[in-house]
Amino acid sequence: MRPSVLFLLCTAFAASPAFADEDNWSIVREALFEGREIRDGSSFLQLEAPVRALDAAVVPVRIAVDPEHAPRIRTLWLVIDENPAPVAGVFHFFPKSGAPLLETRVRVNAYTDIRAIVEDEKGTLYMASRFVKAAGGCSAPALKDKEVAMARLGKMKFKLTTPFSVGKPAVAKLKIAHPNYTGLQIDQYTRQWIPPDYVTKVEVTFESEPVLEVEGDISLSEDPTFLFGFVPDRPGELRVRVVDSSERVFERSWTLGPAS
Amino acid sequence: MAGARFVFLLLLLGGLPAPASALAVEEVAPGIFVHTGRHEEFTPENRGDLANLVLITGSEAALVVDAGGSRLLGEDWLETVRELTDLPVRYLVLTHHHPDHILGASVFAQAGAILVGHERLSRAIRERGPLYLDNMRRLMGEAAAGTTLAFPTLPVAIGKPLRLDLGGREVELRAFPTAHTDTDLIVFDPMTATLVAGDLLFMERIPVIDGRLLGWIRVLEALESIPARRVVPGHGPASAPFPEAFDAERRYFLWLRDSVRDLIAADVPLSKAVKALPLPPQMHWLLAAPNHGRNVIAAYTELEWE
Repeated sequence: MRPSVLFLLCTAFAASPAFADEDNWSIVREALFEGREIRDGSSFLQLEAPVRALDAAVVPVRIAVDPEHAPRIRTLWLVIDENPAPVAGVFHFFPKSGAPLLETRVRVNAYTDIRAIVEDEKGTLYMASRFVKAAGGCSAPALKDKEVAMARLGKMKFKLTTPFSVGKPAVAKLKIAHPNYTGLQIDQYTRQWIPPDYVTKVEVTFESEPVLEVEGDISLSEDPTFLFGFVPDRPGELRVRVVDSSERVFERSWTLGPAS
Repeated sequence: MAGARFVFLLLLLGGLPAPASALAVEEVAPGIFVHTGRHEEFTPENRGDLANLVLITGSEAALVVDAGGSRLLGEDWLETVRELTDLPVRYLVLTHHHPDHILGASVFAQAGAILVGHERLSRAIRERGPLYLDNMRRLMGEAAAGTTLAFPTLPVAIGKPLRLDLGGREVELRAFPTAHTDTDLIVFDPMTATLVAGDLLFMERIPVIDGRLLGWIRVLEALESIPARRVVPGHGPASAPFPEAFDAERRYFLWLRDSVRDLIAADVPLSKAVKALPLPPQMHWLLAAPNHGRNVIAAYTELEWE
């Protein structure tokens, strides 16, 4: 289910008295997983987030999977219960991903549980969660300099943070320039909603094979940034394709190989 | 004129019942009066009295810099101004869009002042105003009563200083590229060589990066060429010698820039960066927690693009 559709569902349910007693997680859980069992994943699923966020619009969240004890993970959902768009992102992993690792930054709108739910190859769901104290991350534009943000739109920066070595897991960092405008502010002059404008999809491939796919929403911070793993089987080209809610498409590629 | 005011304030200190409205002010240079704000966060008790507010008088008109953090405070500030001068308040200059500087502005607009600000100020207030009002109501309760937003009508463009004549006293307004915020504006009075720096200068209270660290460092360099002898910070004492007043802030920014660059080069992820960079003990700033951590995050996300 597209995260943005889920957002509309959540606001609809929140308004309906019939669901007034349901907490947000129950609603999201039902919408995403329809009654499936979710097991406790804390033995192998590590979710790091600050107890008290310093900047509610830029909250670093890190998810790592202990490769010794983990089943093979295909999909990760990052859920922030009390956000207007609670499904912050859906991340798809592939054989080239290695043991899934993901660090990104999210907006947190209120004191809330943040949940990482993963699905393995057999379709079993596991979850880890953390409580984070923060407020206002979604309703405030994090645009410190709108001119620079719009001029830079779609630029990307990519870096390998570990040495390139064939067959060895590498950790990559990808930063995408985008205001990720939440659409939750009103222009006080015109009394119109300032339209949302945010990254909806990121596709990372290496030598044409998928490494990471991200379905994004407004809960990702301005300038979506991802730390992720992949295992290169040879030197080659890493390609990134980004699509946003205004249907802009950005593509870039980098040649990766042993440092010479 | 100044002498009578000084005696008036002395009498206040001496224990006569103060008029409810008067805010304490200090005349830092002839015709330049400063009310210093508190080094606190918004509370019902302080009514948003966090920032320094300035009055500049010429022979025909008065100019006020910044309006305080609530309507109630703005009312008291206007009353204070009226006690200090009979001249009409022709201009209210807003140094940037933060709530502790702008939320009293409607009082001055209704009193007939022209609101002056950075060319980007209107848009910034439009986009962030509702959030500020919500936050203020939450933090100040009843003390936020009646607070509404007011918008500037006289913009100052970056690179195009605006001169305003108050009658025998012409002050210069300059707008800057993104530094503390993306709407920073200063006022310079050549007559007394006084620079009203707004939040481009924090003293005692830790600077807050809500713009660009590198941009702010560049603007500090640009300010050095202003022929000022004293500066009024946005937060801190009523006045301080120029340019020494900027030293502690500059030192903090250069250390922050260089240290965060090192963190990024060493691939320390954002999730670990704040813990990795505590404020050095020799840098004394009030309200360092949580603002220093926020500055680390702001610097990190900015410098990652280098």
